[in-house]
Amino acid sequence: MGQIIVMTSGKGGVGKTTSSAAFATGFALRGHKTVVIDFDVGLRNLDLVMGCERRVVFDFINVINGEAKLYQALIKDKRVENLYILPTSQTRDKDALTKEGVEAVMDELRKEFEFIICDSPAGIEKGALMALYFADQAVVVTNPEVSSVRDSDRILGMLAARSRRAELGQPPVIEHLLLTRYDPIRVERGEMLNVNDVLEILAIPLLGVIPESQAVLRASNVGVPVILDDTSNAGMAYADAVARFLGEQLEHRFVKPEKRGLFSRLLGRTA
Amino acid sequence: MMVLKILDPASETLFSRLSEKVRLAPNFFRNSAVVLDLECLPETQVCDFGDIKARLRDCNLIAVGVQGGHRLQHEAALRAGLPLVPSGRPTRTDNRPAQAAGQTVPPPSRPTLVVSEVVRSGRQIYAPGGDLVVTAMVSAGAELLADGHIHVYGTLRGRALAGLSGDTTARIFCLSLEAEMVSIAGLYRVNEDFTPEIVRKPVQICLKEGYLCLEPFFPVGR
Repeated sequence: MGQIIVMTSGKGGVGKTTSSAAFATGFALRGHKTVVIDFDVGLRNLDLVMGCERRVVFDFINVINGEAKLYQALIKDKRVENLYILPTSQTRDKDALTKEGVEAVMDELRKEFEFIICDSPAGIEKGALMALYFADQAVVVTNPEVSSVRDSDRILGMLAARSRRAELGQPPVIEHLLLTRYDPIRVERGEMLNVNDVLEILAIPLLGVIPESQAVLRASNVGVPVILDDTSNAGMAYADAVARFLGEQLEHRFVKPEKRGLFSRLLGRTA
Repeated sequence: MMVLKILDPASETLFSRLSEKVRLAPNFFRNSAVVLDLECLPETQVCDFGDIKARLRDCNLIAVGVQGGHRLQHEAALRAGLPLVPSGRPTRTDNRPAQAAGQTVPPPSRPTLVVSEVVRSGRQIYAPGGDLVVTAMVSAGAELLADGHIHVYGTLRGRALAGLSGDTTARIFCLSLEAEMVSIAGLYRVNEDFTPEIVRKPVQICLKEGYLCLEPFFPVGR
């Protein structure tokens, strides 16, 4: 049976969709059959980040409403084997997500896929609750700033109280922290919370630290998950995080400012 | 509810003085319900409750019952449509609850609510009628409420309100105080007003002589 993983945060703009795309691609690159689902009904973005927006015919909501079969809506990635995308509807809203409908889709996907990644919308309303309801594991995406940390804390409370595992009294959802947009130089200047501050407040295991990087914006704009850019810090950090999720022990990179050589200092700052 | 104590039902001046009183604050008294207190009447005196009712109505007051007094008076009142209402004080009627001699009533128990998981932002936990014990940290944006004491065996970052229904002996204990606000029996202090020697320290909070007192468990330097 496949594992359902929710990418969630409470706050918007912290990198849920970027992380969903990166993790899905990372799992598939390592040979795990993976599907990534866009739960942000009405604000369809995942297909853009995955670069498949021009191949969408049917979507998640069509499948929920019985207007299309699941295999008609699943889009196979052209770059990576074992990777599928289930896009959402841009013309509907979150009320189109019914618990029975989502459950039926999840049950079907569990038989086919090893990992099912649910890209949650921001907020704590219906869309976000539906995205986390069926989860076995949760990756909580947080930026190193107080409002993002507080919203993540709220979402952790919801995972503990409102998920199906909580309602049925099953073992709790396994929680992971993914700290994104981390800028070690600004942390050193005291302009951002450091890793330990965030860990002290949220008290869940750290899966990875993704450094602030121009490669992320570039990747979203061209529709290539940043994990495929293995020359960028962000891409390498995502690859590490995926490896840790799968049980590898790796040291955290990109947490301290890079030591810069004489040449780069003379040439000034580069990205 | 308003209580009208009747000393002498035959008094001629009773209702004239009453209507003068009502005239002073007509809005306050208008159509108010009144209970007649018979405690000061001698046991044998029976009065005409129908007449009293009517005259009270003339003063814009409505008699709704009697309290105190004796059996004959109660019967007369009932005939006039005035039931016996329980009064705040023990009446001279003889149906007091029987209490076995030598048996002491145990004090009401205070059930304790124990929470062992992290209390995340947005969650509110209330321990009605008792103490609240949390054996994990309490996040900013969470709220702990208890009618009794609050214990937090972890960092307290949210709000904690002990003695919610007015118990001034309630206390708050925590291993590290970073709370947004603490309150006992309605007296509160916000984080901004915490002094440096208590922040991030084990602290107990109680009321002393009407003031909220926050003190470290272990004095600085020990």
